[in-house]
Amino acid sequence: MIKLEHIHKSFRVAKRKEGLGSAFRALFHREYQIIPALRDISFEIAAGEIVGYIGPNGSGKSTTIKIMSGILRPDSGNCLINGQIPWQNRKHYVGQIGVVFGQRSQLWWDVPVIDSFSLLQDIYDIPDKAYAKTLSELTATLDLAEIIQLPARQLSLGQRMRCEIAASLLHDPRILFLDEPTIGLDAVSKLAVREFIQKQNQEKGTTIILTTHDMQDIEALASRILLIGKGQILFDGRYADLKKQAKTGLSAEEMVAELYREYQI
Amino acid sequence: MKKYLTYFKIRLIRGLQYRVAAYAGMATQFAWGFMEIFAFSAFYRSNPSAFPMEFSALSSYIWLQQAFLALYMLWFLDMEILEQISSGNIAYEMIRPIALYPLWFLKNLSLRISKAILRCFPILLVTFFLPKPYGLALPSSLTTLLLFLASAALSLMVVVAFTMFVYIFSFYTLNSAGIRLVILSATELLTGAVIPLPFFPEKIRMILELLPFAAMQNIPFRIYSGNLMGPVIVQALLLQVFWAIVLIALGSWWLNKILRYIIIQGG
Amino acid sequence: MKLYWKYFAIHLKSQLQYKVSFLLMILGQFLSTFSAFIGLYFMMQRFHQVEGFSYQEVLLCFAVVSLAFSLAECFARGFDTFSTMIGNGEFDRILVRPRHEIFQVLASKIEFSRIGRLLQSLFILLVVIIKTPYLWCFDKGLTILLMILGGTVVFSALFLIYAGLCFFTTDGLEFINIFTDGGREFGRYPLSIYGDSILKFFTYIVPLALFQYYPLLYLTGRSNQPLYIFFPCLSGLFLFPAYLIWKTGLKRYQSTGS
Repeated sequence: MIKLEHIHKSFRVAKRKEGLGSAFRALFHREYQIIPALRDISFEIAAGEIVGYIGPNGSGKSTTIKIMSGILRPDSGNCLINGQIPWQNRKHYVGQIGVVFGQRSQLWWDVPVIDSFSLLQDIYDIPDKAYAKTLSELTATLDLAEIIQLPARQLSLGQRMRCEIAASLLHDPRILFLDEPTIGLDAVSKLAVREFIQKQNQEKGTTIILTTHDMQDIEALASRILLIGKGQILFDGRYADLKKQAKTGLSAEEMVAELYREYQI
Repeated sequence: MKKYLTYFKIRLIRGLQYRVAAYAGMATQFAWGFMEIFAFSAFYRSNPSAFPMEFSALSSYIWLQQAFLALYMLWFLDMEILEQISSGNIAYEMIRPIALYPLWFLKNLSLRISKAILRCFPILLVTFFLPKPYGLALPSSLTTLLLFLASAALSLMVVVAFTMFVYIFSFYTLNSAGIRLVILSATELLTGAVIPLPFFPEKIRMILELLPFAAMQNIPFRIYSGNLMGPVIVQALLLQVFWAIVLIALGSWWLNKILRYIIIQGG
Repeated sequence: MKLYWKYFAIHLKSQLQYKVSFLLMILGQFLSTFSAFIGLYFMMQRFHQVEGFSYQEVLLCFAVVSLAFSLAECFARGFDTFSTMIGNGEFDRILVRPRHEIFQVLASKIEFSRIGRLLQSLFILLVVIIKTPYLWCFDKGLTILLMILGGTVVFSALFLIYAGLCFFTTDGLEFINIFTDGGREFGRYPLSIYGDSILKFFTYIVPLALFQYYPLLYLTGRSNQPLYIFFPCLSGLFLFPAYLIWKTGLKRYQSTGS
């Protein structure tokens, strides 16, 4: 389903120094620095898996997600998803995936959520029948019936996230990328979101890749985790195995903090 | 005072970091100035006797306008302040042991000065060497130069004092972009930013010259270019002082009233 | 097209949510055009003509340019504010949707408040047309229509270039203002008054004169060359370099992510 081989990616960043003098010199001359973001990333994910993609800030998680969703091209390496290369024939490819960026909204702020949904129906060219069916399923499982008539600005963060997830699933994608879907949510909303993701995976067989800083997300959802640090995959395996290795009595948070220390990332 | 200097320095560094922006800004202003001068020269050729000022004085006026754009353009506002007002974060500012009106006033001053410093010198220097009558002429005497500087400083006071009202009015609407656009587009013409005030019909001009808008860029640029001379200058400077005092007094009174209201109402 | 109307309806619905603000924006747009008009009026009152062009003729120019500009700003505003779209990641969202990027950026913003500028320009245009009987014929009407359309295309292409350049640098794009805002401001007079070399520049490089100056010669009877009627169509060629810049920029974005 998803196959990444030897993906490399680096960025060029302008160096900035302190002080008025050097700022003035930079008017005429500027130095650049090459920052490697991904170094030789390879992994495979089978259809129907839920994979938790974890790592500290700046480790390359978002870059990987951007490559897999066709936003970025890698410098080198292969990436094959659903038999396609994401950044080639973008329009065709992205019709088959769903992406939730937890930090940004895709809903229209001032109009009822249902209007945003109906626009998405047209954007993804979803036939009326299929749209009605998916929408009623999502409304039931995510408990959207009451909030869908309200504009996004009147929703709580948790309500909005449920709508965001629904928005990304209207076209019934085979693969769903969730970038920090539980960020900032209260306990009840978190549980609701987790439960839904699990259901979507089990009942629809949607392949789900999830990045998060919340280890309880991983504990509840992901049978398999990928740990990335400094642009490299450091651990790829079952969550249970990771847990066995660790000292007993540690919470999930402590275990990962321990892991980050161990790998010096 | 020291914290304002620090703030000013940070602004300056930030401005320098955007090097392409600085170059592009200057290129824009040169092009703009030239187009303005070409347009006026077409009018001059069409009917020289109807031209209300010396052509060289007009050129100086336009180049000064371009060089000091950041100082006197009314729409050049502090986005941070507008953001604070619309988001309600203004409450945090009020915790600090600083009076808000002078703080904002100085913030706006330094925002404008730091931006102008980066851009004015290259423009002044280059336009000074342009062939007559299209370039920036030297002021006729040292006194004129000194009067220009005094008037330029006063103008900046009047401009900032006026923009404080834009912030003040922003408190009254949910989305301040609309009110801002209305105030600024209604007043732009009156400052002489579209065409210099001498190009207005006589009667209208006589009324306009008493308004605060005429106490902005209009006066220093016309002093510099020799369009205002003799005792009229003293009158003009007094008008500037008058409006600066009135606007500052009214603005700080009004802002304090709003802040008291916010404290009582809890935002 | 159906999809665009859907976007259109949602934009209208959103902007009408804040009625006071919306009305103020319209009023502001109106006033800013009105300032420009008053400036022009005072100048023409004083000088009566500029390089042989009368007040009515200059007004014709002013109305057409400002109409074209307001249409472009209303419908192609998404490009004009594209730097924020890159900055806040909204463009990434566009890239994960199965529609053409340009379509999505175009549809992402429709600025209805520009109607304040639009109606005023239309009003001025109508007044000039009513007062000028020699414009009352099919070919001149067609010329005016093509001028407006051509102008909208050129201004939109300029916004597209601006957006394309946003992929390369986020600051330093101020100079495009010379052609967009500048085109609006300086285009209120026939471009020939600025001198030969400037007219050439605005004919061959940034083709503002193709929809403004040459058709105006035909309209005012200064030239009998009927080809001038169709000069505004030529300005459509300007879309090609604009598109190329956009494409190059997009490619770069997909390899640097910034």
